[in-house]
Amino acid sequence: MAETLFHKVWNAHAVRKLPSGQTQLFVGLHLIHEVTTPQAFDMLHQHGWRVAFPERTFATIDHIVPTSAQRRPFLDVMAEEMASSLERNCREAGIPLWTPDDDNQGIVHVIGPELGLTQPGMTIACGDSHTSTHGALGAIAFGIGTSQVRDVLASQCLALDPLKVRRIEVTGSLRPGVYAKDVILTIIRRLGVQGGVGFAYEYGGAAIDGMSLDERMTICNMSIEGGARVGYVNPDETTFAFLRGRPFAPQEGASGAFDRAVAWWRQIASDANASYDDRVTFDASAIEPTVTWGINPGQSVTVNEAIAADPQDEALEFMGFQPGRRVTGTKIDVAFIGSCTNGRLSDLEEAARIVRGHHIAPHVKALVVPGSKAVGRAAEARGLHHVFIDAGFEWRGAGCSMCLGMNPDKLEGRQVCASSSNRNFKGRQGSPTGRTLLMSPAMVAAAAIAGEVVDVRTMLEEVPA
Amino acid sequence: MSHSHQPSAISHVDGQGLPVRGNDIDTDRIMPARFLVAVSFEGLEHHVSEDDRKADSSHPFNDPRYRGASILVVNANFGCGSSREHAPQGLARFGIRAIVGESFSEIFQGNAAMMGMPCFAAGHDSIERLQALIEQTPDVAIAADVDSGVVTAGDVRFTATLPRALRDAFVSGQWNPTAMLLDRFDEVRAVAAQLPYIRGF
Repeated sequence: MAETLFHKVWNAHAVRKLPSGQTQLFVGLHLIHEVTTPQAFDMLHQHGWRVAFPERTFATIDHIVPTSAQRRPFLDVMAEEMASSLERNCREAGIPLWTPDDDNQGIVHVIGPELGLTQPGMTIACGDSHTSTHGALGAIAFGIGTSQVRDVLASQCLALDPLKVRRIEVTGSLRPGVYAKDVILTIIRRLGVQGGVGFAYEYGGAAIDGMSLDERMTICNMSIEGGARVGYVNPDETTFAFLRGRPFAPQEGASGAFDRAVAWWRQIASDANASYDDRVTFDASAIEPTVTWGINPGQSVTVNEAIAADPQDEALEFMGFQPGRRVTGTKIDVAFIGSCTNGRLSDLEEAARIVRGHHIAPHVKALVVPGSKAVGRAAEARGLHHVFIDAGFEWRGAGCSMCLGMNPDKLEGRQVCASSSNRNFKGRQGSPTGRTLLMSPAMVAAAAIAGEVVDVRTMLEEVPA
Repeated sequence: MSHSHQPSAISHVDGQGLPVRGNDIDTDRIMPARFLVAVSFEGLEHHVSEDDRKADSSHPFNDPRYRGASILVVNANFGCGSSREHAPQGLARFGIRAIVGESFSEIFQGNAAMMGMPCFAAGHDSIERLQALIEQTPDVAIAADVDSGVVTAGDVRFTATLPRALRDAFVSGQWNPTAMLLDRFDEVRAVAAQLPYIRGF
């Protein structure tokens, strides 16, 4: 019978039907970080449970890491306590951990794929809602809470109900100046921030097929912003090429392991005639640069479009926007390029292409924060840090940074931030009254230079492709 | 394996209500990220919706008429966004034992269930009537029955839903699944051993 990747992976990992009717699902890869695990380890210790599969568990420190001075101990004593708690728990359980002192440290959703830990056909869990990112490689990846982290530590399993699968077909190809971020913002805008509840989103079609893994990760990352806990792309040649040679990927060479892995990865992809619970189609060529105007990621407009909202909408009041006006032209205070959504090498390359030869507006504070140390090193090897620094950006160390207010990088007061991150919720960037405008990294770069939100395509005209 | 931790059955939740109006109230708003910089959940009850409460002195969480409430009544897509369990943990420590609303994010509802906090879903009109009733009569007694889903308060009565597995788990007292997941660990090892990426390609 023709099946989707979701069902094949689910069935391969189903241990048994629980008395509750839920499925006991084996988790092939458990990624952990400092924020959602200390309480889980405490619960584990209280019950005398041990970590069942330390060899299937990997840890990093990302949310609380200062991106300016990364030396230990961290200045924030609570942050330092979180880091040392994770270090102690990982040491005791035999779990590999990458701290800011290691070359492989970075945002958990950046380093998983980068190290080849994330592979097609896996079930993955992490105490973080953006775990959906890993679906870009053809894995089924669940964001979970701390009690579930405890369960996965203790049993390597979750008790879950299966999801329905919605096929999201993005046909055609994107026009210049339009990016994966614009695609996912457009999808969320149309399907709604709650539209994906109960669904896994399977992204496909020519536009997705033509995307790099970095771009697919941007799309899958924000599935949760559309309510879908899981998002994925079927593995293909692009996926296999991405994984080739990564440290934790199956090894190439005489053993033939990589080739056998590829054969299994091909099998696990959705069958051509698989049936879906729902299907929607988007035309990539009709998607335009998109910016959020509100306080959830579904509240967005294109750069040429006026905000059409109820004047009573609390989002308008909070953001200080008027219905009938465009977001284009809005003065910004801060520009942030980074996060698990858009902090990868190709994001920095695209932003640098816009920035080269320009300088940021004098009133703007601008940050570039690589998603991992490896991304930072690769960018420096290409000289991108000079491009950004010469233009007035701050070039920082790896971490979650200004995506959320858990480290020193925060908005102040009612500052407006052009941000390549994933959430424009009230208070998200660390100031209760701070205002976030989500957009692609190229759009953030353009806004930093202009000092206000602009259509990045007007700047692309002057740079070579 | 220890089976000592068997939580108890939750068949119904009774108490006063606390209506918080608005759709898409995300977990960053319920528990701002700065309060996640800690290694325990202790004290989170002091920070529930802190920024919303500071911005609006008449916010329901500030309203003394709702003091002692144990049933939160919300609108659509409550708890969307971040998977932080700190949000339902803060609510539970504040005294909330059940949530009645139009709909919930999947991760939030699952996190709440793991703590023994049922999230009842009902239609927009039913929720509106319940919120209005509580706003008029804050001390009205609300009764929510987990098995039938029936929610009653004064003249308001409607049938709400919970996902079947969660409902059964509350009623049977099996809402904390760790012991169950460890029950047949040999089967877990057998599944792991069959997976090509664990067995070796």
